[in-house]
Amino acid sequence: MGSSSSRLDRVPGAKDLMEETGFSETNILCLYDRFEVLDREERGYLRLEDFEAIQQLAVNPIGDRIIGAFVFPGRETLDFPSFVRVLAHFRPTDTTWSRSGSQPEPANSRTRKLRFAFSLYDQDGDGKISRAELTEMLQAMLGMQVTDEQLQSIVGRAIQEADLDRDGAISFDEFKKSVEKVDIDHKMSTRFLR
Amino acid sequence: MPVSYVHLWLWRSVVLICLVLGVSAVNGESKSDTHHHGNGSSITGIPIVSFKWHHVETPYLIVLWILVAGVAKMVIEANHHVTSVIPESALLICVGFLFGGIIWGADQKQTFSLTPTVFFFYLLPQIILDAGYFMPNKLFFSNLGGILIHAVIGTCWNAASVGLSLWGCHQGGAMGDIDIGLLQYLLFGSLIAAVDPVAVIAVFEEVHVNEVLFIMVFGESLLNDGVTVVLFNVFDAFVSLGGEKINAVEIIKGIISFFVVAFGGSLVGFVFGLLISLLTRCTKNIQIIEAGFIFVLGYLSYLTAEMLSLSAILSIAFCGICCQKYINANMDEKSVITVKYVMKVFANGSETIIFLFLGISAIDKTIWVWNTGFILLTVFFVFVYRCIGVFFLTWIQNKFRLVPLEVMDRIIMSYGGLRGAVAYGLAMMLDENKIKEKNLMIGTTLIVVYFTVILQGITMKPLVTWLKVKRASANEITLIEKVQNKVFDHMLVAIEDISGQIGHNYMRDKWKHFEEKWMSWFLMKPSARKKHDLVFDVFHQLNLKDAMNYVAEGERRGSLEFIRNETAFIDFKKKFADEYSEAMPDITVDMSDSYAAHSSMRDTVPSISLELHDQNTNGLRETEDINTHHLLQQHLYKGRKQHRHKYSRSHFTVNQDENEVQEIFQRTMRTRLESFKSTKMGVAPPKTITKHPKKDQQQKMPNGKSTDNGKYCHCDDDDFEFSGDDGASGYDPSAGSFPMRVTYRPGAGIENPVFMPDLDPMAPMQIPPWLAEAELDSSTVALSQRAQTGLPWTPSNLQRLAPLRISTRSTDSFMMADVPASQRQDEHLPPPPPPPPPSDDDRGHL
Repeated sequence: MGSSSSRLDRVPGAKDLMEETGFSETNILCLYDRFEVLDREERGYLRLEDFEAIQQLAVNPIGDRIIGAFVFPGRETLDFPSFVRVLAHFRPTDTTWSRSGSQPEPANSRTRKLRFAFSLYDQDGDGKISRAELTEMLQAMLGMQVTDEQLQSIVGRAIQEADLDRDGAISFDEFKKSVEKVDIDHKMSTRFLR
Repeated sequence: MPVSYVHLWLWRSVVLICLVLGVSAVNGESKSDTHHHGNGSSITGIPIVSFKWHHVETPYLIVLWILVAGVAKMVIEANHHVTSVIPESALLICVGFLFGGIIWGADQKQTFSLTPTVFFFYLLPQIILDAGYFMPNKLFFSNLGGILIHAVIGTCWNAASVGLSLWGCHQGGAMGDIDIGLLQYLLFGSLIAAVDPVAVIAVFEEVHVNEVLFIMVFGESLLNDGVTVVLFNVFDAFVSLGGEKINAVEIIKGIISFFVVAFGGSLVGFVFGLLISLLTRCTKNIQIIEAGFIFVLGYLSYLTAEMLSLSAILSIAFCGICCQKYINANMDEKSVITVKYVMKVFANGSETIIFLFLGISAIDKTIWVWNTGFILLTVFFVFVYRCIGVFFLTWIQNKFRLVPLEVMDRIIMSYGGLRGAVAYGLAMMLDENKIKEKNLMIGTTLIVVYFTVILQGITMKPLVTWLKVKRASANEITLIEKVQNKVFDHMLVAIEDISGQIGHNYMRDKWKHFEEKWMSWFLMKPSARKKHDLVFDVFHQLNLKDAMNYVAEGERRGSLEFIRNETAFIDFKKKFADEYSEAMPDITVDMSDSYAAHSSMRDTVPSISLELHDQNTNGLRETEDINTHHLLQQHLYKGRKQHRHKYSRSHFTVNQDENEVQEIFQRTMRTRLESFKSTKMGVAPPKTITKHPKKDQQQKMPNGKSTDNGKYCHCDDDDFEFSGDDGASGYDPSAGSFPMRVTYRPGAGIENPVFMPDLDPMAPMQIPPWLAEAELDSSTVALSQRAQTGLPWTPSNLQRLAPLRISTRSTDSFMMADVPASQRQDEHLPPPPPPPPPSDDDRGHL
């Protein structure tokens, strides 16, 4: 394997990334390896097609949205630092980090994690989950068994639950409140990114 | 109030003691009885009545003990202020001491004690089956690694360290002169090592710690049985073999037997779980007994494992875990509920009996061989090594855990190492010939059990509060949360795919696919498979719940009309939604405790039931909603049938004719109305079917037109009354029962606010015949029990309600609904003096 410091050299901007995201050397190396595997043509960046080539993602009901969270529409490519930054959302929350710090909130904070989840719904980026957006999401996840009408009433019900200011859409704050009992750290962290 | 409480309690205690004395007396008799029986071969004639106690003795005593245990639990549970401090299990043990003392006093020896056979074969299985069946599977399996570490390594550590330390102290001379060797110490250590599932459930279910912590302790207690059984058997065998014959081969055999016992037991359970699932696939035609299969096969899995000398507890636990999903999907909804309740009855019952007998068994002079050093050191070591073990193991685990266990959690985990009846049962199984100090061990085990269950049990709650351990959030599931959880799951899988890791989520996803594709196909009914979707399921449940609340709310307000009558409802909603908005959260809180925690989520939702109606009308064709409506209807009809039943049974056999009934009713109403008008301060006694002449005032709803309309909703019988201007001060709450009557015209909105201060829980008992008959008329609606008991009647409310008397519209009354809601909580209506208590409680619970 070689010494880790020499391996780290081949990752561009590794130190800064570690600083920024809190990943360890092993994490960065591991992710870089993965990045290279995904980047089959060795262009140094990933394109939409590279993500779409991941087989399991194709069967994931919200796979498209996840890809969308990596490769922003308009920007066709994704370099390694951006790749790492997105994945940093899934690092378990540090217990040491406190709000009083002057530095920007790290990507693995609760709010940032939720913001990420929120953006999966909020496809048009207007800061609200509209009825149509929620319907789309549910449609993706519920499959065939549910009729349109049932879907509509589920959506209506869900919005009604969360929509505190009665504007017919779920804002980020409302979203945050609706899942406040959920242990986000459990649900939006993966072990190996620790 | 407190005085009567004490009286009640005393009365119950007396009954209890009489019962026990009865039992022991009867028991004493039985001995003399056997003599008679032996001599009584020469009968002189046919006895008309003969006393055959001997004939029924065993089952009779068993049933009596079950009864006693149940009554004991009832008495304990009736004293909330005690149970909030001391856990029920500890109290039951104390009651056991009391009974044990009484029996000892009567018999001079302990006639009843918990024998291993009874415990392991008849009391334990249902508790473990219950635990497995209600196991939160996802939580359990996602923490399985940690649980296994504690269950296997932790238990071995406890056994070894306690055994060795005691032996060390023995060598050091701390015990004095007792005949216990190293192996016997290890045997003792292994039986005392295991955390007891029964004790853990009993204590932790009252503490409500966060679910991860709970599953860690509880899972450990469940799974360490495999280890305990093996350790116990191995050391038991070693003791029999004697030290010199133990060699490497035997030790390796012991280690192998651990895997065989644990995995074999689990496998047996798994197979039986599949068997149950398969069976329930085809029980469509015998729905009545399908619930029984779970118990029979569950028990069979326990016995099978026992027969193969595998871990029976693991077997029955896994049986429950495996089958829960499929049988719930396969069986009829009613059977599922049956299983649920029967399971709880069995489990709770045997838990009660176990703790009771743990107490009773203590009062036995023969087992008390006091050895201060041995006993105190055991208690000390058990406690200390548990802490060391937990801290060390969680420290290792935290290196790998996604979310590390906090120090507070670790303290509670250590402190939650409760020992219980399993240890006692094992101690009783020791062979007296091989272990000279068996009684000392039994006694010490009991001391450890009492120490952990009583002392640690009592201090657990304050400790949890003091350490600010994360509590469990109230488990109110919302749709959005459910959806979001699913999104999270998918998201994590996707992230793992992208980053190319095979992690937990990946495995879970694969398992889910496999499960859905094969196991569900194999084990689930096709029809059940189709319906199976979690989000949809939650939606369904929420809908049902809302529907129930909706009905409850409607009934509480006294009117069900708006459920069936669209226009009325809209009318109602339009008018009252605003005024009502503040009150609703409170009302929902009152209606069901489970809503309390949830209310923050819905604080700003003006009215759950009102809003829901939109939903219902939206998707009226949906099956759920048809069900919902069906449900509503059922509730409606059921309620009225009960009224009718009672009435037609008890007093009223006349008035069969519906028109006549209507007429009487109208006439009554008219006269009442007049009397109301005439008496502003209202001292007119009810003129018609009055049953409570002592009421000094009456009031009824001004219902102008409704008299000629011919359609009424009357809530209860007589007069609805409260005093007028001075009502606030002069109201006597103890004045018991005064039913009320309210009317409204269906179809024109709710004319009648039925949440007027009717305070009489008894009211339905006194429904006049015309009402009893009128229930046939679909346009009339009776006020439910809940509606009546829930009514406000504090003086301030009454003041607010005063305008009612002059208003002819119901609007006002609805406005008043907000006050009552918040104040009702702490109200306890005194039971009305004369008539028997109301027996229609069930209607209150929708």
